[in-house]
Amino acid sequence: MSSNETRRMPMGKRHGRGFAPLPKGQKFKPGTIKRLLSYLKRYKVRLILVVICILISSAAGVASSLFLQTLIDDYITPLLIEAVPDFGGLLKAIMSIAAVFAGGILASLFYARTMAIVAQSTLKDIRDEMFTKMQQLPVKYFDTRTHGDIMSYYTNDADTLRQMISQSLPNLFSSVVSMTAVFISMLHLSIWLTLIVLAFTGLILVVIKAIASRSGGYFMKQQRSIADVNGYIEEMVNGQKVVKVFCYEEKAKARFKEKNENLRETTAMANTLANVLMPVTGGMGYLLYVIIAVVGGAMGIAGISNFSIGGQATMTLGTIASFLTLSRNFVNPIAQVSQQLNSVIMAMAGASRIFELLDEQPEEDHGSVTLVNAHVSETGELEECEERTGVWAWKDGGKLIPMHGKINLKEVDFGYNDDELVLHDITIYAEPGQKVALVGATGAGKTTITNLINRFYDIDDGKIQYDGININRIKKFDLRRSLGVVLQDVNLFTGTVMDNIRYGKLNATDEECIAAAKLANADGFIRMLPDGYDTILEGDGSGLSQGQRQLISIARAAVADPPVMILDEATSSIDTRTESIVQKGMDNLMHGRTVFVIAHRLSTIQNADVIMVMDKGRIIERGNHEHLLEEKGRYYQLYTGAFELE
Amino acid sequence: MIKKLLAHVKEYKKTAIVTPFLVLMEVVLEILIPLIMAELIDRGIDGGSMPDIIKYGIALLLSALFALAFGVGAGRTASVASSGFASNLRSAMYDHVQEFSFANIDKFSTASIVTRLTTDVSNVQMAFQMCTRIAIRAPGMLIFALIAAFSIDAELAFVYVAILPVLGLGLYCMIRIVYPVFNRVFKTYDKLNNVVQENLYGMRVVKSFNRQEHEVEKFKETSGKIYKDFSKAEKTMAFAQPLMQFCMYASMLLISWFGARAIVASGNDAALGLSTGELISLITYAMQILMSLMMISMIFVMFTMARASGERIAELLDEESTIHDPENPVFDVADGSIDFENVHFRYGKSKNKDVLNDINLHIKSGQTVGIIGATGSAKSSLVQLIPRLYDVTEGSVRVGGIDVRDYHIESLRNQVAVVLQKNTLFSGTISENLRWGNENATDEEIQKACKLACADEFIREFEDGYETYIEQGGSNVSGGQKQRLCIARALLKKPKILILDDSTSAVDTKTDAMIRRAFRTEIPDTTKLIIAQRIASVQDADQIVVLDDGRIADVGNHDELMKTSEIYREVYESQNKGGVADEQ
Repeated sequence: MSSNETRRMPMGKRHGRGFAPLPKGQKFKPGTIKRLLSYLKRYKVRLILVVICILISSAAGVASSLFLQTLIDDYITPLLIEAVPDFGGLLKAIMSIAAVFAGGILASLFYARTMAIVAQSTLKDIRDEMFTKMQQLPVKYFDTRTHGDIMSYYTNDADTLRQMISQSLPNLFSSVVSMTAVFISMLHLSIWLTLIVLAFTGLILVVIKAIASRSGGYFMKQQRSIADVNGYIEEMVNGQKVVKVFCYEEKAKARFKEKNENLRETTAMANTLANVLMPVTGGMGYLLYVIIAVVGGAMGIAGISNFSIGGQATMTLGTIASFLTLSRNFVNPIAQVSQQLNSVIMAMAGASRIFELLDEQPEEDHGSVTLVNAHVSETGELEECEERTGVWAWKDGGKLIPMHGKINLKEVDFGYNDDELVLHDITIYAEPGQKVALVGATGAGKTTITNLINRFYDIDDGKIQYDGININRIKKFDLRRSLGVVLQDVNLFTGTVMDNIRYGKLNATDEECIAAAKLANADGFIRMLPDGYDTILEGDGSGLSQGQRQLISIARAAVADPPVMILDEATSSIDTRTESIVQKGMDNLMHGRTVFVIAHRLSTIQNADVIMVMDKGRIIERGNHEHLLEEKGRYYQLYTGAFELE
Repeated sequence: MIKKLLAHVKEYKKTAIVTPFLVLMEVVLEILIPLIMAELIDRGIDGGSMPDIIKYGIALLLSALFALAFGVGAGRTASVASSGFASNLRSAMYDHVQEFSFANIDKFSTASIVTRLTTDVSNVQMAFQMCTRIAIRAPGMLIFALIAAFSIDAELAFVYVAILPVLGLGLYCMIRIVYPVFNRVFKTYDKLNNVVQENLYGMRVVKSFNRQEHEVEKFKETSGKIYKDFSKAEKTMAFAQPLMQFCMYASMLLISWFGARAIVASGNDAALGLSTGELISLITYAMQILMSLMMISMIFVMFTMARASGERIAELLDEESTIHDPENPVFDVADGSIDFENVHFRYGKSKNKDVLNDINLHIKSGQTVGIIGATGSAKSSLVQLIPRLYDVTEGSVRVGGIDVRDYHIESLRNQVAVVLQKNTLFSGTISENLRWGNENATDEEIQKACKLACADEFIREFEDGYETYIEQGGSNVSGGQKQRLCIARALLKKPKILILDDSTSAVDTKTDAMIRRAFRTEIPDTTKLIIAQRIASVQDADQIVVLDDGRIADVGNHDELMKTSEIYREVYESQNKGGVADEQ
């Protein structure tokens, strides 16, 4: 069985869309709208054109509803009485309205295409900004959030934004414009009938609101139910082999049935309400239609004079016919607008999450000391130079301090959060070229120490010095450049093996990379891969074994060739033979450098200069192998197997 | 494929069939409404007759109410049927997965099974709901509206016949252009997500190597591709609305022009030709006809998108379990003896290399057998043949003297307990997890099993003892603790054969030895197979099997192997450099 077959596969990225719940009482980050607008502002000219085009397109729409009145009252009715009807006037009228329509069509084509570009450009801007920001955030940010949480900025949140900018906003705007235009036209035709429409619209809004809020509740329930079912599926399918071994199938089925049934019920309810919205508004629209027909008809017959903003006139057949069409044009977008509003609210929630990310404090760096290449001049002085000489120096202002790789921790205290210290009073002296081993149970604080040295986290108390310089005075970029890291959880990137090795030094030649692979003892297996160094690794190198992945990460560090190394050893999942190959690679890498090793097997650190035995954030024993064995303390217990490491 | 999936509609069939009928009724009414409206205008308003207005008003009102009722009804039945369908599908798939053998699970990989059960099912559910409602509604509307239009004025209705192909062709072209682009966009999206994900996991690497800018460049390249493709697709999609408007306006103008002439010719009398009321109706139909065509194109897109999901679901449902109960199964396992007779084994037929080669091995009931070998030497494969988690490719495996393929599978597995190398605890309390081994186990039995597995002690140290809640995947207990819980769970089965597949790798050597001692004294009659990396774990076994690349290299007890087996000796020496075993 391959042990890494279920390594994080990206899980269902597509996500259900549909009638989304209105997040009740959702508080947006203040200024979200303004900031969103500031993104759109970059496309100011185009947006102004879009607005104009929407106006034109809406105007054409209104003209089409008004045209019926003109057609009937001004042309058909007079023509009816003419003995020899002359259609010339009608033809002209139709031609001119056709021109208006053509304008409307072109305008909507233009705005739809422009909006597509604006929306996509804005999204690209936001995405790029998010990712750039993400690269600047401190490690703490990532340690305190789940990956799924951060991923959803790029998937869900960005997607709601896209929907809003490219679809909801223009739709909403054009709906509102048309409704306004229709409203004015209605006033133009008849104030009385308009009042009826208004009153009725109020009624429709009340109904929509009632349905939407109930359906929102059910959608929340559905979301929870889905999460429950999916969670269960994920857990059980991941443990499917255990289920088989224990003949637990029937029970697994029974529990699933229960959850599944629950989901079915909530989904049925939630969807019903969403489905009902359209027929209800449609039906109510017809109701309004009848009312207007009856009232308008009665007015027409009774000869009641008709008030409009155009003045007083009689209620003509054309007026009623046009008004009927207008009333439908007024009511129809209401349901649509309410749905669009929903997605706008969702997008605002998404946007405010995105802005929260963009507003995160980036990693602070007040360091000024940099790392430079140097060579020793004839007078024996250090001099800065461009090319790589193998000699490094810290540049502190105008002063050059030779870099040896001496790292001292003095009485360091540290806690990931304020109320709990993880490290107490840690003092370590690592002389240049020394190998310092950290040993202790999981959670003893070994990895934390390395996190402090490369300043993924900053210490609370004490001092860490690098060649006598306080590390917070060193620029982070240069500090990290001087430290090579091989982590226990190897992370490789999609790309060829060569690309992955070159990650250590982007301008390394192929020869340098291969030399590094040889040093790391990785060359042998890489040549056995189907395409050798050009083999493409995907999914974090999931085709490789744990040991092979580790070898590549050693080669990657070797290419960078840093003066100080931090090595986190592989765990027990590697068998003894592979381990010895990895170990040899590591040994080659350690040669001539200051090294911090986090050991998981004692056999590999017996030759360390100093071994620090850690327990619960403190160093409880220190010394070399022989010395520690003599002490018969914790190290002795570990060594004789009386204590578990993992 | 579609037929296969639809078979799972089952008890929701009636509801599902009712939906299109309700929708059809709704459509008929929606078509009738403009007809009644035409009458209302012509006879009522135009004719100046209040009784006619009221008469047709009431008819209109009733139609509207019925349309509403049918619409609401259809909305209800559609959602009930589709959620029921989805629920049935999930159930069927889940139940089917329960029948899967290890080989089946390997074939699909767990992640893909999960995606099929979740995302794919909801895609199909959406499509199903759309289909029952709109797939009938749109063509129905199209046909009825055309009929109505033709019945009003056949000549004028030919305007639609002229316009429809324009819209249809336009939409078709758009879909043809856009579909592949969207497909590409989704793939690029995956790539973008992949870059983000890799950076999240490898954040420490990125920072250590100062590669932030490099990563940003990589990201921008991908996001640039998305921008290019997506705006291309959306720019094409932008033609949809103007196209629709064009057809709408064009038919309106044509009908107006020809309609006006027809009205004038007939003297606005519906009986002689066309009336103004009918003209208005015709224009209403124009809208309905074009809208339905638009919807049909939407369904088409929706359907193609759901098809891939449907295929993945069908593929899972079609998967035949590779392991079945025999016809006249044996229920009783006589004893814990195990015999491998000329066994060859490979995963799947297509793989051309045998994982196990010509294995002959005889284990007596009650023996303790150690198995060692490098990674990839097929230790796990060997033991998984015993409870018939996989079937041999050639040869036979016998338990209690009977071929494992002749047993009732559940009976066999109840007697052969395996503690898998990659083991899982499930969310729930410790005792709930342990009861997987035996549902009816008493508290005493559970404690006894835990004592045997050296787990009792640390469980008691937990605040809630045996009621301590285990998080998903057992993330709140250490590796060694998890392994001991898994052993206890297997012990509760009281099996005749117990297999430990590298199950104590994270347990310290002292506890490991204690567990083995407890096995020897407490369950002497159980056959014990122990796979281990450490020699110390198998040293005192009755037989030790040394596997090398799928073959048995050597068999014997510790002393014999030290003399005869080179591999064994090598491993022993590499592990005892510091003299660990001696000092124990």
